[in-house]
Amino acid sequence: MIIASNVHKSFGPKKVLKGVNLKIYDGESLVILGPSGCGKSVLLKHIIGLMKPDSGQVIIDGEDITRFDQKRLDALRMRMGMLFQSAALFDSLNVEENIAFGLRRHTTLTHRAIHHLVSEKLELVGLPGTNFLMPSELSGGMRKRVGLARAIAMEPEIILYDEPTTGLDPIMTSAIDELHLSLKERLGVTSIVVTHDLKSAYRVCDRIALHYGGQIVEIGTREEIINSPNPVVQQFIRGEAQGPMTLL
Amino acid sequence: MTNYIEKTLKDSLDAIGKVSILFLQTIYWTFHNLKTGRFAFGNLIEQMSRIGVDSLLMVAITGVSTGAVLVVQIGYQFAQMGAQSYVGGVVALSMARELAPILTSIVVAGRVGSAIAAELGTMKITEQIDALETMATNPVEYLVVPRFWGCTIMLFMLTIFTNVVGMIGGSIVAVNQIGLTLVSFRDSILHMLQIQDLMGGLIKATVFGSIIGVIGCYKGFTTEGGAEGVGQSTTSAVVVSIMLILAVNYFLTVGINNFCVAYLQ
Repeated sequence: MIIASNVHKSFGPKKVLKGVNLKIYDGESLVILGPSGCGKSVLLKHIIGLMKPDSGQVIIDGEDITRFDQKRLDALRMRMGMLFQSAALFDSLNVEENIAFGLRRHTTLTHRAIHHLVSEKLELVGLPGTNFLMPSELSGGMRKRVGLARAIAMEPEIILYDEPTTGLDPIMTSAIDELHLSLKERLGVTSIVVTHDLKSAYRVCDRIALHYGGQIVEIGTREEIINSPNPVVQQFIRGEAQGPMTLL
Repeated sequence: MTNYIEKTLKDSLDAIGKVSILFLQTIYWTFHNLKTGRFAFGNLIEQMSRIGVDSLLMVAITGVSTGAVLVVQIGYQFAQMGAQSYVGGVVALSMARELAPILTSIVVAGRVGSAIAAELGTMKITEQIDALETMATNPVEYLVVPRFWGCTIMLFMLTIFTNVVGMIGGSIVAVNQIGLTLVSFRDSILHMLQIQDLMGGLIKATVFGSIIGVIGCYKGFTTEGGAEGVGQSTTSAVVVSIMLILAVNYFLTVGINNFCVAYLQ
């Protein structure tokens, strides 16, 4: 289980997280919704230990990771995968080298086995035969899928998705969502998805949390969120410009 | 005004601290990886090629031109005083002690320091450095160590190269314009140039190489914003490297001279 307990984070005078409390159960798929720039990605980066909170705790399997040293943090990260908003593929490495990066550094698998695994992951994300293309030769959607293949290469227990469908066409969005669901089903992974794509959120979620004003203002199942009396939630899911939620 | 000075001073001290930490982390990861057999020699060789081999042409032009100009500047004066036999030696000494390390460093800082800052800066703003960390890879170990040692080792090598081509450039002008013979030019070099002169210059080059490497990486890692941020880091990496090289050069010159006087004469 992952618990964010009273997490605060500021950048200079700007308070981004103002006491976030969140529980994510093993094997569940939690979608964090919220307007752009409200700190959803910052929250994800706290969960994978890329950022340390000013105060509060991030507890994974009973241990506060904000107190971890580098070695323990690295060991934890081996159990996690992250798909970045911009895919964050390494420009100087080709697709295969990108996906194999973690495998080459942290396993003793042979070249042949790694090549086989990479091809398998590429097949899974619908990009067979692209092993030796460079990131600059890929479209935005292809980059995202390669990023996803890289995130799942080490078969992680927890996958963090930072805006996985932003910038993708509806068919590709659907394909990514299906992939997400099949990973959850096949590997039983815990997923945390940050997005503002409602359609996609409804498809992949077990629960949805709405992040606004530096806090989680509502959390529940899809139906609970849709039927929530909270005006902030209603404004967000209806996509209305007028309401209690102010534009950043 | 006072606030501005206070802020500048604070920022400078902060930067010095962070650069020092980055340098110490680089040294730590170097020895750690050598000890555990995880040192990425492939990455180092790739960086040495990008930093050194690709700089050869620029360094060659700089070296030949400097050697040639030096002979033109001093050759006629020395000839008028009947001191032609010193031309080769003076050129060699100037090149070995000062000009080769300084000019090579400035060329490399412009070409390589900026490229390192731009590359790492782009990686920073496109979250590639975060991605490295999520894959349990330390960015200093993976990105800084090979670039730091690439700069340090290749600046040493390039400075030797600059010395050689500088003397070749000087000898061509000395023979064709000043009327010296190649043998007298060579004899003058052999007579006046001591091994400690060469070594002093090479020690300087090694220190300058490490400055270029660590500043380029630091500026890349601290890049913020978009393309504009990368541009600022790139410029800043070159300016700070050159300023530091010139400042450190004075102290190294004094230190090396004192050492030579105390122990080698």
